[in-house]
Amino acid sequence: MTMIETDTSSVPARILKSPKHWRNRKAASHWRSGDEEFDAAKFGMWLFLSTEVLLFAGIFCGYAVFRLLYPEAWANGSHYLDWRFGAANTAVLLLSSWTAANAVRLAQLDKQFWFKVNLVITIVCALLFLFIKLKFEYMLKLPAGKAPGTFFSYPMAHDPHEPLWWSLYYVGTGIHAFHVIIGAIIFAVVLWRAVRYQSYGPTQYTLVENSALYWHIVDLIWIFLFPLLYLIH
Amino acid sequence: MSTLDANAGHHDEGSYLSGPPGMMARIWQWATTVDHKKIGVMYLFAVLTMFFIGGMAAMAVRYDLLDPIRTQTVETLNAAGDLETTTITTGESLKEIMSGLGMGKDLTESQIYNRAFTLHGAVMVFMFIVPSIPASLGNFFLPIMLGAKDVAFPRLNLLSWYIYVFGCLFGIMSILLGGVDTGWTFYTPYSTSTDADHWRVVLMVMAAFILGFSSILTGLNFVVTVHKLRAPGMGWFDMPLMIWALYATSIIQVLATPVIGITLLLLVFERIMHIGIFDPAMGGDPVLYQHFFWFYSHPVVYVMILPAMGIISEILAVHSRKHIFGYRAIAFSSLGIAGVSFLVWGHHIFTAMGELAAILFSGLTFLVAIPTAIKVFNWIATLYKGSIVINTSMCYALMFLFTFSIGGLTGLPLATLATDLHLHDSYYVVAHFHYVMMGGTVIAFMGGIHHWWPKMFGKMFNEKGAMLGMALVFIGFNVTFFTQFFLGTQGMPRRYANYVDEFQTLHQISTYGSWILLAGFLVHLVVFVVSLYAGKKAPANPWGGLTLEWECESPPIEHNFHHEPIVKHGPYDFESVVPPHCDPKEFPLPENGGHH
Repeated sequence: MTMIETDTSSVPARILKSPKHWRNRKAASHWRSGDEEFDAAKFGMWLFLSTEVLLFAGIFCGYAVFRLLYPEAWANGSHYLDWRFGAANTAVLLLSSWTAANAVRLAQLDKQFWFKVNLVITIVCALLFLFIKLKFEYMLKLPAGKAPGTFFSYPMAHDPHEPLWWSLYYVGTGIHAFHVIIGAIIFAVVLWRAVRYQSYGPTQYTLVENSALYWHIVDLIWIFLFPLLYLIH
Repeated sequence: MSTLDANAGHHDEGSYLSGPPGMMARIWQWATTVDHKKIGVMYLFAVLTMFFIGGMAAMAVRYDLLDPIRTQTVETLNAAGDLETTTITTGESLKEIMSGLGMGKDLTESQIYNRAFTLHGAVMVFMFIVPSIPASLGNFFLPIMLGAKDVAFPRLNLLSWYIYVFGCLFGIMSILLGGVDTGWTFYTPYSTSTDADHWRVVLMVMAAFILGFSSILTGLNFVVTVHKLRAPGMGWFDMPLMIWALYATSIIQVLATPVIGITLLLLVFERIMHIGIFDPAMGGDPVLYQHFFWFYSHPVVYVMILPAMGIISEILAVHSRKHIFGYRAIAFSSLGIAGVSFLVWGHHIFTAMGELAAILFSGLTFLVAIPTAIKVFNWIATLYKGSIVINTSMCYALMFLFTFSIGGLTGLPLATLATDLHLHDSYYVVAHFHYVMMGGTVIAFMGGIHHWWPKMFGKMFNEKGAMLGMALVFIGFNVTFFTQFFLGTQGMPRRYANYVDEFQTLHQISTYGSWILLAGFLVHLVVFVVSLYAGKKAPANPWGGLTLEWECESPPIEHNFHHEPIVKHGPYDFESVVPPHCDPKEFPLPENGGHH
């Protein structure tokens, strides 16, 4: 922690005078105070997260229904996946959730350098997650015929309903991966504004907090997808 | 456009309608505005445009049903004296119109009809009635009634308008490419197998998917606004009932819409990539689609009706100068309806589930009647011994009580398993649905537009003209749809282009009714246009209302209020408060303080 507390990066005057610097940013005119604006933004984000949960609820519901209908296909399905890649991605996302939470705290403490370092680690983790997903999972499985629905052509399938399992696998992980991409973009915006204007600090960190909240839900959904798809037989 | 009111004091703020000179500058100002009032007005025009498109499709549906399709073989002698057999087909009304326009040559009458009713349903549900009241009147009045300067997230609000327009463009593109014949419910496997080589269905489904985001963002914005932006002194039970209704609506929008989002996304994947989840040929389950679909689409009918109920609470109280009867009962019944709405989706698919599940869903469906009836009884009690003013908005509110009650009560036989077996998928369902949605939501929307028109645009409208339009709508609506109850009970199925001869008289009466209805709406359109160009300037509080929007000028200034309002009286304290901007002689307080 000593390194964090000795963050003495000098700030160019151009940034300090910018209206986008955190000291110069003000609440929008329809709010009585910045605190109320922050509370409202956070409340709105929680509502949005509830919509995310309901969106994925459809996929989990489909998973449950077809698991009950075709237990054989579902048991086979998990055997096709290598749990080690799933576990690696789980670790990557958990690490990034930790750095995202760190970023919020460091913005509150005005530790600009370490704040940015944590943002960078979060973005790198997001990209690493996508890389593992594509390189070691999608790219290996699709050419082998382990594809969704009618594209399924894997010759060694044991159960006629395995294509459905792959459909839910690709839809679930695909929509989740899309959320990872969105998250990486949002953190990139936060990082860019932090570098360019030092927009976030002890009184102005709404976007950082909300991005982190979003990132945690993306993480949480993966925490459910991972055992359901990789571990349960 | 309109100038500063004399009592505006030291603030030099113009009306929200005033803007920079020059056409392009004005358009740019509106296109980039984050003002909830401008966004509300833009929504109003957008949803009314979609109402027009959906209405035209409805006219086409009724026009087809004017005559049944009949093919006769006639034997005639030709010039050479030989006997010649010719086939004459009558009743292909839509085909005649289409060929007159040079379109649809390869389509049969039934195919055109199927597209017309799908177009009507999809446009009216997704593009008109879901966003209608919350996005237009709600956007305009929710912040003002709370005493706020704007909604919690103004930029998100503008974004949701653009998403709405973008979604509508997808729908219109699908229509221009030939339309969709799946029905607005997009039931699988028909919706995933029909028109296999074409993008029309995907475009229409994507339109509904995109519109869902707009709906979620509006709902989210409203919930946060109600929680965080109430004026000082306004507790939860000091809020106007319109706000309670919009709040309950928003909760449903936020919680139900994501489910239709994933459902429609899966449908698109199903169509493009054949993922098989809803395809029985691959082991998928089409009934799963129906469960997902109605898990959203049943709650969403309360998204359609709850704001209408909010409008009725406002109109009845203001135009009868009576404190609303049973404020808390009405407020909580809105939340009650929102809660129950998530538990009744199964009544759309009684025949696709087990007996026990059907009985449970039937029982739960009856629960909806309780909070709804609480509202209706409270409204009627509000009118009792009130100083009722008969004007256009009041007439629409009374019409609502009449038609919505018919719509609500005719829903009960549909919730009953035994009678539903006979009535389901018949014109009885069509009539019931239109009595609640049109006789409920659209009628209340019309009442609300008239109630708030002077506030929104600062102009009065011609009361006699509006009353004429109202009368035509009332007659036209009932003639069109009451007949359909009879058609349905006698066995006329819904979604058919053709019918047996016995049904023709009732179908003709229904079609003539639709023309009267159209005439009524055209009269309203003329009245509104005349009002905008030549209307008398509206006073700040023409009806003597007590909610905060009547403290603003007409039209309101950019930031709604000159000073942040402090709420000192309830929204319906007509017996003890002289309405703002009003002459006490014109709106006298009752001598006995309102006690009878």
